[in-house]
Formats: sequence, C-alpha cells, structure tokens
Amino acid sequence: MKPAPFEYHRPETVGEAVGLLGELGDAAKVLAGGQSLIPMLALRLAAFDHLVDIGQIAELKGIERRDGHIWIGAGTRYASVEASPAAAAGVPLLARATRLIGHFQIRNRGTVGGSLAHADPAAEYPAVALAVGASMQVRSPRGERAIDAADFFDGMWTTSMEPDELLVAVSFPLWPGRCGFAVEEFARRHGDFAIAGAALGVQLDARDRVTRCAIGLIGLGSTPERAAHAEESVVGRAVSEIEAGQIGRLAMAGLESVPADLQGSADYRKRVGAAMVARAWASAVTEAARG
Amino acid sequence: MAERPAAERPVTVRVNGRDWPAVVEPRLTLADFLRHHCRLTGTHLGCEHGVCGACTVLLDGEAVRSCLVFAVQADGAEVTTIEGIAEPDGQLSPVQAAFRDCHGLQCGFCTPGFVVTLTAYLRDHPDPSDVEIREALSGNLCRCTGYQGILKAARQAAAELSAS
Repeated sequence: MKPAPFEYHRPETVGEAVGLLGELGDAAKVLAGGQSLIPMLALRLAAFDHLVDIGQIAELKGIERRDGHIWIGAGTRYASVEASPAAAAGVPLLARATRLIGHFQIRNRGTVGGSLAHADPAAEYPAVALAVGASMQVRSPRGERAIDAADFFDGMWTTSMEPDELLVAVSFPLWPGRCGFAVEEFARRHGDFAIAGAALGVQLDARDRVTRCAIGLIGLGSTPERAAHAEESVVGRAVSEIEAGQIGRLAMAGLESVPADLQGSADYRKRVGAAMVARAWASAVTEAARG
Repeated sequence: MAERPAAERPVTVRVNGRDWPAVVEPRLTLADFLRHHCRLTGTHLGCEHGVCGACTVLLDGEAVRSCLVFAVQADGAEVTTIEGIAEPDGQLSPVQAAFRDCHGLQCGFCTPGFVVTLTAYLRDHPDPSDVEIREALSGNLCRCTGYQGILKAARQAAAELSAS
C-alpha cells in the first residue's frame, strides 16, 4: 500500500455526493476514474483525509445530443466517448482527441469530468473544452451553476470550482456551418503525455473567409489555455492569405510558462508547439473547405 | 511519520469465478488485494503508478491497470486475472499458446499484463492491423524481448482466434 490512509465514501446519488463534499470541505477529494489521482496518491504527491468515489453514480453517465450541444455526464469514461457516434458527429475534436489519451486500459477507467476537473495543462480534454467553448455544469449543496471553459481553469491542477462543488456534466456546443477540426500532438511514445500539441477548430464562410478560429494548447503552459493572438490574427481573412507556419509561430508568441524538463527545453517545446498548431490548422482548414 | 489508520471496509470481489470476501483498508489497491488476499501472484506489480501495464487484469471484462483501482472500488465487481485465462483443465488460451510458440517472453515479468491486455483487445478487435496491435500494446512495457516476439505472438493469436 503506497497512498496515505483515507476514509472512503461511495455515494449513490449526486445529492449524496455534494452533501459529503459540503460536510467534508477541503479534506475531501472526488475520486472519478482515478487514472491521475491514484498515481498522485501512490507517489504521495497528494494526500486527502477523505475520498468521495463517484464511480457508481448512474446519473453522471451518458452522452446525449440536446438542443445545440452534446451533453456528456462527468462520469462518462473515455472509452464510451471513443465508441459514441453522437460524440464523433457532434464534437469531432473531442472524439479525435480521445484516441490520444493514455492507453486503452487507461481509457477504460478515466472519465471526461475527471480529466477536466484535474485541469492538467498537458492533457487533451482541457484544450478541447477551451477550443470548442464547452460549459461546465457544477452542483453543490447550494445549487447548480454553469461555468464557461474560459473561466474554469485557474492554474496547474486548479479550477474555479469550490471545494463543495462537483462537476456533473459538460456541454459541448455544436459548431454550425463549414467547420473543420484537428488535434495534433507530438509524444515520444504513443500514449505518453505530449511534449506539445494543439486542438484547433476553424469555421469558414461561403467565400472561404475565417469566421471563427479557436486553438487550445497542450503541454505549453502552467494552465490550460488558448492561443488568443493567433486566433484573432486569422479571423476575417481569406484562407488563401494565411500561412500555417505563421499561425504556429504566433500561437507561441507571448507564452510565459512553457515547461522545461528531461523531454525538452521550453524553446524546443515552443518549436514543436508551433509545428503542431500549423499542422492542425492545415488539416482543419482542409476539412472546413470541403463542407 | 505515524499514519492514522482509516476505517476498514468489507468488500467482496469475484475473482476468476470465485467470491473473495475480505475486510480491507480503502487504500489497498486491487493489485495488492489480488496478490495478498487472494494469493494470486500472477498479477505482477512493476511501477505501481499506471505506466508499465504489468498489473493489467479484466475488471467486469475490461482491461484495466489493477494498481490504479482500489479494492473498495471493485466491491461487487468481477475480476479475471492471468490465473483465469487458461482453460480449467490447464490448456493454454490461444494468446498464451502463441506467446510460448513465438518466444513472446523471456523473463516473464511483464507477460501476465501482455496476455491479459491482448486477450481483451483481440476479443473486441478480432482482425487488427500491425499498427493497431502496436498501439494496443503500447501501454505495456517489456524490457527483454524487444517486442518482436510479442508482436508475432499477437498476430498468431489473432489469426487463430479469427479462424475459430
């Protein structure tokens, strides 16, 4: 046994779960699929007096197409997203990113809500949620509220949720019109955390002008974030005038907390990141132009 | 540092067709439960934080890393370990036989994880390409074979399973 001792709670409903979170406050941590939390506990990077296991709560699972968005319960496993035609058709970026998460054994356990609430800047789903403009539905004993992805990620492994709030579902808006999506990342081995990557969505008008562009960065900061300058630089312009390499370079300009480790220096990561953004742009634009 | 013991909880996990009731600390991993409580030491522990794949078991039929599941989470679930892969009479499964035929193992430490992983993968993907096999096995580390024998075993097992 490697983790520090903890009390284990296994609520059967969301109401029961948030009741526990309200009662236990900071001393409690939500256990979803456990594919990030359990390694952190095993390495004793984290320790909590209480774990609240939400794995058995049926109302947290499911993928549904609703009015203008795809609703995904926070407890839905990656493998379910991977196998869902509704997710593939409605949120292509999410479906394409899912295959890049860990290994299939990890995807059998890890959950959508777990990844987002864990808020790892090197993970795929936070970048996708930011890029497509997802909305997080969170519940506490005080009620329910929605948090835009743009306001959700506060820092490394930190979100704007209160200790008594539980992420219960995520709404991924459908992008109308001529759209294209791509996620590109570079990792030493398949399934490793990427050295750098990007999740990109683009929308074109009938004359191939960019009406919307969103770029979520992977592994390039201390917080999941978008490449706002690069996005703004392309909106309103004709696709034929835009050079992919330049968007990549722009997306890296101004990044201040690019990690450096044994896998590579911050400069190297930025070069890889620029190339990934450029590739994602080229691929997404090609897809959008076909629509 | 003295650690406060947490309240133990009763669990029953069905392992290879047999119920195993026990009272465990919540922090006990499923891997340690299988090895220490069930005495099923075929499930090997390499890294104990989800990287090496040696501890892969089937949890309600799905391949998972048993070091990344607490035994309390598996309460009421059905687990198949490497000991449950062969036929009851000891006849090797097609995946096991292919590992033997193709020199898919040397020291054998990683082998239970590979065999369980491939058993689940080939059940769900009966006709995989070489690239798909490599991707499926990318979550399991082997430090002896150089993987070529393992890939050959995977191809042989896939061919045999799809023929039967």
